Amino acid sequence: MSRSILTAVLLVAGAAGLGAAQQPQALLLWGGDAEGGAPFVEADPADPSQVRGFDVLVAETIAHGIGRRARFMQVQWSSIDQSVERGDFAIGLSGVEDTPARRVRHAVTIPYFEFREVLAVRPEDRGRWSALADLRGRRVATLGATMAYDILVTASDSHGVIPVSYDDDVHPFSDLMAGRVDAVLLDHIIAERSLHRLRGTAFIVEPRPVAVGHYVGVLARADSVLRDSVDVVLRAAMVDGTLERIYRRWNVWDESQGALFRRVAAGERDIAVDGMIGAGSVWAYLPSLGRAAVITAVLSALSMTLAILVGVLVASGRVYGAAPLRALMTGYVEVMRGTPLLLQLFVLYYGLAGVVRLPAFLAAVLGLGLNYAAYEAEIYRGALEAVSRTQLEAARTLGFSERQILRLVRGPQALRYALAPMTNDFVALLKDSSLVSVLTVVELTKQTAIYATNVGSWIVPGLLCAVVYLAMSLPLSRLGRRLERRWRLA
Amino acid sequence: MTALLQVHELCLRYHGGPDVLLALSVEVRRGEVVALMGRSGAGKTTALRAVAALQQFDGGRIVVDGFALEPGPVPPESRLKPLRRRVGLVFQSHALFAHLTALENVALALTHVLERRREEAEGSARQLLDALEVGARAAALPSQLSGGEAQRVAIARALAPDPPLLLMDEPTAALDPARRGALGRTLRRLAAVDGPGVGRGLLIATHDVAFARACADRVAILAQGMVVEAGSPGDVLDRPSHWATRALLAEQAS
Repeated sequence: MSRSILTAVLLVAGAAGLGAAQQPQALLLWGGDAEGGAPFVEADPADPSQVRGFDVLVAETIAHGIGRRARFMQVQWSSIDQSVERGDFAIGLSGVEDTPARRVRHAVTIPYFEFREVLAVRPEDRGRWSALADLRGRRVATLGATMAYDILVTASDSHGVIPVSYDDDVHPFSDLMAGRVDAVLLDHIIAERSLHRLRGTAFIVEPRPVAVGHYVGVLARADSVLRDSVDVVLRAAMVDGTLERIYRRWNVWDESQGALFRRVAAGERDIAVDGMIGAGSVWAYLPSLGRAAVITAVLSALSMTLAILVGVLVASGRVYGAAPLRALMTGYVEVMRGTPLLLQLFVLYYGLAGVVRLPAFLAAVLGLGLNYAAYEAEIYRGALEAVSRTQLEAARTLGFSERQILRLVRGPQALRYALAPMTNDFVALLKDSSLVSVLTVVELTKQTAIYATNVGSWIVPGLLCAVVYLAMSLPLSRLGRRLERRWRLA
Repeated sequence: MTALLQVHELCLRYHGGPDVLLALSVEVRRGEVVALMGRSGAGKTTALRAVAALQQFDGGRIVVDGFALEPGPVPPESRLKPLRRRVGLVFQSHALFAHLTALENVALALTHVLERRREEAEGSARQLLDALEVGARAAALPSQLSGGEAQRVAIARALAPDPPLLLMDEPTAALDPARRGALGRTLRRLAAVDGPGVGRGLLIATHDVAFARACADRVAILAQGMVVEAGSPGDVLDRPSHWATRALLAEQAS
C-alpha cells in the first residue's frame, strides 16, 4: 500500500518536471538487490536496516543531484527490469548491465562503471585456458540471465563450452573449488570479492578479460525525461571526481574507469555494448525449451519412481513395523513434510558437498524423490488402512501369510485407493521440479525465465511454458482417471 | 468318537472390560449342524472368532480335530497353518476381496495357499460356485453381486480349501424368507457330504429361530457368557426351560 503511494508521489514529481527546487522530502525510490552484496549493495553490518555499497552511494549522488532523498527498495536482481517497468521504483541500480536488449526495452542511463568478464580457474589450472575457445567440453559456471551467461551460450555453440547457470554469484566459486565446474565467468568485481573472502588462494583469476561491459541505471521506458536528468547528474559526478571518490572508497577504482569517464565526457554516444542482441523470435528458443521440457519430464518421472519406492517402504514400516521403526518412519515423514523442499535441496547439494559431491541432476532427483516419498507414504498408509479389516481376517482364515495378504489382498486394493491422490502428487511434482533450478539444473521454468529475460516479456514465454506443462500434466490426469474407472471397487 | 470341535469353558473378555464369555462349552461333530443362538450382543460372533483364532481368549480350551488353541495372544500365522486347514469362516458381511471376481475369490487360496495349478484351481472354484448355484456369476465383482449371491460366493470361498469345520456368522441376516429356506437346504447338504459321522461340521451363529429349527441338528442357547440350554431344536425351541430361550422366542414371535 505505502509502496504504491510512494510510487504515485514519484510519478507525479517526475511528470511535473524535475529541477533543483523540489520539496525537501521528495524521494527517489531506487531498486537493488542487497543479496548481491558488497561492493554493490549490502546490508550494513552496523545497522542491517540500512544498505551500503558503491551503488548505494551512486544512488545517493543521483538523488542529491535531482534534489531528492534516496530510498532503497529490495528487489530480486533478475527482476529489476520487470519491476522498474511496472513502476515499483524509479531507477534500478545494482550492477545492472548495459545490453542492447535493455537499451531497446527500457530507458537506460549512460554507463557509470566499466567491468571486465573474467575467467576464474582452480590454481592447478592456471594459464591452461586463457580463452573460452580452450574450454571445449568443460563446464563453465556463471550467474543466470547475465551478459556472461549469454557469452557462454554463444560459446557453447561455437566452442562446445558447457554453460552452468546459477541463481547466485557465490556458489559458482564454491562449486569451482569443489570440482563441479572447471571455470567461472563473471564480473571482475564479483570474482575479486569471492577471492578476497576465500583469503586469496582458493582460485586464480585469469588476467586477460573475456569481455568488457558497463553498469547502467535502468528506468521505465516512459521515464526518459527522468533518465536525461540522471545522465546530467552522472556526467557531472564523473567530471567533479565524485564517482572516483566513491569507487576508491569501495576499492573498485582502476584506470579503466578514468578512461570510461573521458569517453563519456567526449560525448561518445555508443560505448561498446557486448552480449547478444536478444533473439526476439519464438522459434530460436524452441529447441532449448524442448530440451528443458525433456529434462523436466525425465526428472519428474525418476523422482516420482523414487518417491513411490521409498513411500511404499515408509508406509509399510508405519503400518507393519515395530514401535521403534514406526517412530523412525513417522519422524521421516514429519521432517520431510515439515521443512521446505528448497531448503532440503540446498542442504543436499551444497550442505553435503563436503561429504558427498552429488552431481546436480542426481541431487535433484534425490531431493524431489525423498521429499515426495513422505507424501506418498502418507497416501499409502491411509490407503492400506482403508482396506476393510474383515477382508484381511477372511484372508487369514484362508491360510494366507501376512506377506501374501499384503501382496494379494491389501496391496492391490490400497493401490486403487491411492491412485487419485498419487496422480495429484505427480502433477504437483511436475511443477515443483522447477525448484531444482537452484541446483543449476536448467529445466523448463528456468529456461523460460532465461528466455523471458532475453525477450523482456513474460507473455509469450509464459504462455509457451504453461502449454508445455499442461501438455505433460493433462495426459497424466487422464491416464489416472482411466485407471480409476477401470479399477473401481464399489 | 471325539467331536470335530470341542470348546471347553471358554472365557473371554475385552481389554479389562466385563467378561463376554464366562464358561462357554459347545461341541460339533462331523455331519452335524449346530446353531449357536442368542440375542445380539450375547457373544456368538466373539465365540466364532475365538475358534477361528482371530481373537485371543483368557481361559478354557478350543480343540479342532486335534489342534488345540490355548488361552493368551493369538499365535503367529505360521503356527496356525494346521488350524487354517481345518476351519473355514463365512463372515456376516461376506468380506469378499473387493478387487477380485467371484471366481478369483474362490480360487485365490487354492493357488496361493494350497499351491494348486491355476487351471486346476479355477476348475475346482467353478465346480464350487456351480454347486452353490452361483456359477453364472463367476466373472462378477463383489460389488455387482446381490446379498444372496455374495453369501454363496463367500461360502464357496470358505469351502475351497475343504475344511472339515465351517463357521458361519448370522447367515440369514441379509436374506428373505424364501432364500433362508434354500440356504438351510444347502447347509444340510454341506454337512452331510459323505453321510453322518464323516461329513463336515457346521457351527452357525444365529438368532433366527425358524432357520435354526429348519436346519440345525442341535441348538445351543448362549446367554450371560455360557450355554444355558442345549439339545435338539424340538426339545429346546418347542419346550424351552430357560428364560433366555423364552426371551429369544418371544422376540421373534412379535
